[in-house]
Amino acid sequence: MALWNWLIEPLQYGFLVRAIWVSAFVGLVCAVLSCYITLKGWSLMGDAVSHSVVPGVIIAYALNIPFAIGAFVFGFASIAAIGYIKEQTRVKEDAVIGVVFTGFFAFGIVLSTKIPSNIDLSHILFGNVLGISNQDIVQTLIAGIATLIVILLRRRDLLLFCFDPNHAKAIGLNTKLMYYTLLSVLALTIITALQTAGIILVIAMLVTPGSIAYLLSDRFELMLVISVLSSVFSCVGGTYLSYHLDVSTGGAIVVLLTFLFVLATIFAPKYGILAQKWQRKTALNDRQ
Amino acid sequence: MLATQLLDITVNNLSVGYSNARLALYNASCQVEPGKITGLVGPNGGGKSTLFKSIMGFLQPAQGKIEIAGLPIQKAQKKQLMAYVPQSDEVDWHFPVSVYDVVMMGRYGYMNLLRIPSAKDRRLVMESLERVGMSDLRNRQIGELSGGQKKRAFLARALAQQGKVILLDEPFTGVDVKTEKGIIDLLLELRDEGHTILVSTHDLASIATFCDRTILLNQTILAEGTTAETFTEENLVMTFGGLPVSSLRQMSRDNQAYPSKQTLPTASVTRGYAQ
Repeated sequence: MALWNWLIEPLQYGFLVRAIWVSAFVGLVCAVLSCYITLKGWSLMGDAVSHSVVPGVIIAYALNIPFAIGAFVFGFASIAAIGYIKEQTRVKEDAVIGVVFTGFFAFGIVLSTKIPSNIDLSHILFGNVLGISNQDIVQTLIAGIATLIVILLRRRDLLLFCFDPNHAKAIGLNTKLMYYTLLSVLALTIITALQTAGIILVIAMLVTPGSIAYLLSDRFELMLVISVLSSVFSCVGGTYLSYHLDVSTGGAIVVLLTFLFVLATIFAPKYGILAQKWQRKTALNDRQ
Repeated sequence: MLATQLLDITVNNLSVGYSNARLALYNASCQVEPGKITGLVGPNGGGKSTLFKSIMGFLQPAQGKIEIAGLPIQKAQKKQLMAYVPQSDEVDWHFPVSVYDVVMMGRYGYMNLLRIPSAKDRRLVMESLERVGMSDLRNRQIGELSGGQKKRAFLARALAQQGKVILLDEPFTGVDVKTEKGIIDLLLELRDEGHTILVSTHDLASIATFCDRTILLNQTILAEGTTAETFTEENLVMTFGGLPVSSLRQMSRDNQAYPSKQTLPTASVTRGYAQ
């Protein structure tokens, strides 16, 4: 009964109901892309794009155009800059990524203190799903649905691109297009999650569900299911927790996700720490 | 299933550089003859992989031209003429795909943009798996395979792709003698069906057992021709410069076509100077 009340009580508030379904939707989109990003090893790339959108968001608000457009332009500009500098100089890739995205991010902070606007920088950084406006929900939905459609249609090519881009090239497929497709959906997903998790925490939503699923599965289809379930559960559960405990929503979502990840690293039946120890031990015993 | 058309590879005055302006390969010209197995031999770091990756279009050459049956690489690849079996250490074996999934990837070039397999695609995948003896293991995640099974899985992908030109990069690394023999037998069959096959290896022992032709490579092409012509002591010393000649002499004595495994120097001797 107590649990029932715990679940039902927040639903009398319209803004909370909205926060719950919006964050569940964002969790779904992030979780799907998360499988690709973690398999491709693009976590740092996600970090880079998410931080680099800040100046775009602020300029978009100042010019009164949809924030998604500004974010998309700057997300892509950062990737172009990273690619160009990496090719033209001897600086290592991780250093280039670090330099570029912090540069973009800092530029955004400078802009936010100079351009008069009514946006709160902390909402961009940490999300504000409880105060999300209808207009922002529309943008979130458009970006999220576009992401899901692109992934649904191109899922096999994207998986091949993550697994074996050389083979994709050898059979005459356009790997440049695959690269930019994956980057575009990455940027779109970050835009989707901007209002819910904020740019700092969105990286957790992009990396953690895929990592949890990777620990629990050897099949991509199953990985997708586990990723989505753990992500949506954390998003809904985190929103409830934030209401009941009166804590930050984005923070609660990511803490919950991380908790699931810790459980998976320890208890995953095949790739968990305990299972690996057990397998080593039995292998040794079999020998003797 | 005889091929109606035999395809050759022409490499003309190819130079490929690293980003540090040093050349990995310079002025390399060679001809991979159609319908034959050609071995690409040279020391590690001698440019074998570079030549391979250039032929597959993964690397952009600083100068020179490569054609497959008179076509530029990209055109040949679009026509599904070229299949590539990667080195084992280029594959992410933890990736959550099954053997069947991997072999099906060989068919993507024939499918529409959604990559939905047709009945023919599925049949060819099963036939390819059958041919390399991997049907029973098709639902395994690729990391659960032994070294030899991993090779066979990727070989099946090349078969499913039905490319007339097959490139294998170091196919015998980490593979036991039995699997090596199995792969060689399959390559000989494929050759007889009209495939053009290029195999890179630093394992000299196996070359003479199945390669019709050999290309010796160290920064550039040092010799090419039939294995009997090319596998001379002089050429091998030139290619692997400074290595113990006694073992090379042993090699060149054994270079008649397809001698039995026993007449060849032991693997450990071979590995010793191939480093």
